[in-house]
Amino acid sequence: MIILGIDTSCDDTSIAVLDGYNRVLSDIVSSQVEVHALFGGVVPEIASRKHLELIGGIYREALQKAGVSDRDIDLITVTNGPGLIGSLLIGLSFAKGLALSLSKPIIGVNHIEAHAMSIFAERYVDFPYIALVVSGGHTVIMVMEDFCRSTILGTTRDDAAGEAFDKISKYLNIGYPGGKVIEDMAKKGKRDAIAFPRPMITEDNYDFSFSGLKTSFLNYDRRYGVKEEEIPDLLASFQESICDVLVSKTIKAAKRSNIKRIVVGGGVAANGRLREMFFEKGGENGLEVIFPSHRLCGDNGIMVAVTGYFYFQKGFVSPIDMKAYSRITLTG
Amino acid sequence: MEKREFISKGPSETWEIGELIGKKAKPGEMYGLYGELGSGKTQLVKGMAKGIGVKDWFYVTSPTFAIMNVYEGKMGLCHVDLYRVQSQEVEDLDLEAFLKDGIVVIEWAERTDWEGDMIRVDIEVTGEEERKITVTRL
Repeated sequence: MIILGIDTSCDDTSIAVLDGYNRVLSDIVSSQVEVHALFGGVVPEIASRKHLELIGGIYREALQKAGVSDRDIDLITVTNGPGLIGSLLIGLSFAKGLALSLSKPIIGVNHIEAHAMSIFAERYVDFPYIALVVSGGHTVIMVMEDFCRSTILGTTRDDAAGEAFDKISKYLNIGYPGGKVIEDMAKKGKRDAIAFPRPMITEDNYDFSFSGLKTSFLNYDRRYGVKEEEIPDLLASFQESICDVLVSKTIKAAKRSNIKRIVVGGGVAANGRLREMFFEKGGENGLEVIFPSHRLCGDNGIMVAVTGYFYFQKGFVSPIDMKAYSRITLTG
Repeated sequence: MEKREFISKGPSETWEIGELIGKKAKPGEMYGLYGELGSGKTQLVKGMAKGIGVKDWFYVTSPTFAIMNVYEGKMGLCHVDLYRVQSQEVEDLDLEAFLKDGIVVIEWAERTDWEGDMIRVDIEVTGEEERKITVTRL
């Protein structure tokens, strides 16, 4: 079964072609070097216009690399939320056009659930499991009860974890992407050099707040002034605080729900210290912690196809007039 | 010109000030937020959301990555963050469309070249937790 997976929820235009849920035939993401070459080197930054310019070329590239033609596609899957509406609409409209012209079923996929399911492209995981989806735009803990059945336990109330990394690296002017730069510099620093707060770590819920941590960092600079030589210590301590909160709250969710497995997804799941701490503390608590490979952590079309595949197996198909939505609603 | 000044002693007071601003908001208004990193711009919008009756105002989050988040209360609230956006891309966001039935609040408003009316909100860091918030209506 040939599945097309499309994601245009944020900056990247991503399209993958899968055969079934775990055979990846092609996987194109607009930030990849080859795509830059494909468009003469200049790819416009952000905004829906970029997706519009790229999506046709990326679709053709994905089919070509997969060695399939339009007619071979059996199922079209596409992220329809959450994300920037203007960007989502490019992917969604493109997918609808394909579905209509090829007379194939279409399935709208939730971007967060897709991150929580991306692991299936590499290995099977038994349900139930706790998923932590942590990226530049999201920090969500959810219970994955079964295929197509999940409940959100908590989310950030202000900044996402990846956003905290990016904003601090931009503030210190140490380079991009923030998460990677901080991880590298933090390796040379002492994790307990500065006692940054662990926001909401003891509160009886599964929500996060990283905005106050960012402010603590800024206040440290205002109070003492950040000296060049102490940046590794500061970053190691800052990263430790973020990882500590993420790991503690996710493990608490697993223990309280009496669930033995944790799957971590999203861009921040590529962070080495987060992986290390999860394996260590997960082990102490008798929990199995599973990370997808780095390739599946960032936004991609594979996870959309994987998630859509299982919905299709359960008999779901989306109406052709489905809408894009900007955010997940947690209450009422 | 009408100018109002508030002093906030911390995030929860910033919510309260935002709530007051939100309660007075009318559809069609554009709010521009000016303040450095960590000054509490998103916290103020959280309060504004409460003021206009957004049920899950507590989960108003930073739109830095999403660029725009849309909420529904007694009127619409379009929460925009131009931190990652180039000024020439602002028109792609079609903000005018949101002003018909609601308000638009822009973080990092210095990056827009919006020429219509804008209520300016300055958040000044006056201490580790303390902020001076000034609302200016032209």
